[in-house]
Amino acid sequence: MTDGSRKILLDPLVDNNPVTLQVLGICSALAVTTSLLPALLMCIALISVATLSNGTISSIRRHIPNNIRIIVQMTIIASFVILVDQILRAYAFETSKQLSVFVGLIITNCIVLGRAEAFAMKNNVRMSLLDGFGNGLGYSLILIIVATCRELFGAGTLLGYSVLPLKSDGGWYEANGLMLLPPSAFFIIGLLIWAVRTWKPKQVEKPEYQIHEVHRTEVL
Amino acid sequence: MEAYINLFIQAAFVENLALSFFLGMCTFLAISKKVDTAIGLGFAVIVVQVITVPVNYLIFNFLLQDGALAWAGLGEVDLSFLGLVSYIGVIAALVQILEMALDRYFPKLYNALGIFLPLITVNCAILGGTLFMVERQYDFGESVVFGLGSGFGWAIALVGLAGIREKLRYSDVPDGLQGLGITFIIVGLMSLGFMGFSGIQL
Repeated sequence: MTDGSRKILLDPLVDNNPVTLQVLGICSALAVTTSLLPALLMCIALISVATLSNGTISSIRRHIPNNIRIIVQMTIIASFVILVDQILRAYAFETSKQLSVFVGLIITNCIVLGRAEAFAMKNNVRMSLLDGFGNGLGYSLILIIVATCRELFGAGTLLGYSVLPLKSDGGWYEANGLMLLPPSAFFIIGLLIWAVRTWKPKQVEKPEYQIHEVHRTEVL
Repeated sequence: MEAYINLFIQAAFVENLALSFFLGMCTFLAISKKVDTAIGLGFAVIVVQVITVPVNYLIFNFLLQDGALAWAGLGEVDLSFLGLVSYIGVIAALVQILEMALDRYFPKLYNALGIFLPLITVNCAILGGTLFMVERQYDFGESVVFGLGSGFGWAIALVGLAGIREKLRYSDVPDGLQGLGITFIIVGLMSLGFMGFSGIQL
């Protein structure tokens, strides 16, 4: 694999992560992270839609009239989402019930449309496939971390198997009910962003407004 | 009547689309820096939501649902797999029509909402509202009230967040949390606050 394509594939994992840096695609994602299994299924669905739609749009990019390109992209994405949705309903009915409306919401997931618009319209098919796959992976990474935290600390299980034995079943772990509620997903992502930006200080945003430049040691 | 009020409160506060289903997050985080713009976008979302949810209700029940085409003599046709494409098409078309109508008849309102209208097409809260309506099998009246309630709840959350972020400019946030990070934490706290509404029933 050449350097260029490796960069396209691996960049979205940390350095240019679609969720933590570009603020894309959080919409439909967090609601499925209360446990790991639906989150994994959601990741697979999103990766396949992002890869396939990126590839398709890139292959016909020279034939799409510029002023109706959004509609064309939407239609292509929607067709792939319907495909994925039907496959999930056929082979993983129980979990697809848990995902409820969120598979459908991949259509409006900004990662898919954003990559189609920003990358696939300008690059060749192979690069676009890699880019879609890479961004799907970056999104999945965040989703899996959040889902692991929430299922492990909220219910003491992973993929349904007991990891931390609960007090109610004679173990020692008191389940943290907050983890199963929506706010915890926001907290985990916020802290995750903090961690990533401490590791990669280049990603830190500039404050919009500074009253007065004070060095902390001056105050002390 | 009571059932409708109940549904409104349920949709607006208890099951707030932004804070408990994470819908419309991208726009929610991007357009919440100033209260004025937040109010503009909030109104646009309410208007679009009130129109699209009932319209999609009609489309689902009279064209797509299993056996819905019986009036055309096609009783055994089930087109519900076409749902997603139809809904997003309806939303995009309605937003476009709304934009043209506003431009023609209410230019003032159009100028105020102008830039936000196209953004709404890709707002997951709108498509999410429609999909919830289908999944929960609301009737026509309920779908109007649900559209109004969910749009209202989303707008309230957006304006609230914008207000907090305006004040937050003057505070000393750690470097790594600056911007996106602290916003997520605030949204989490707001979401905790909205959880307090759960259990309210008339």
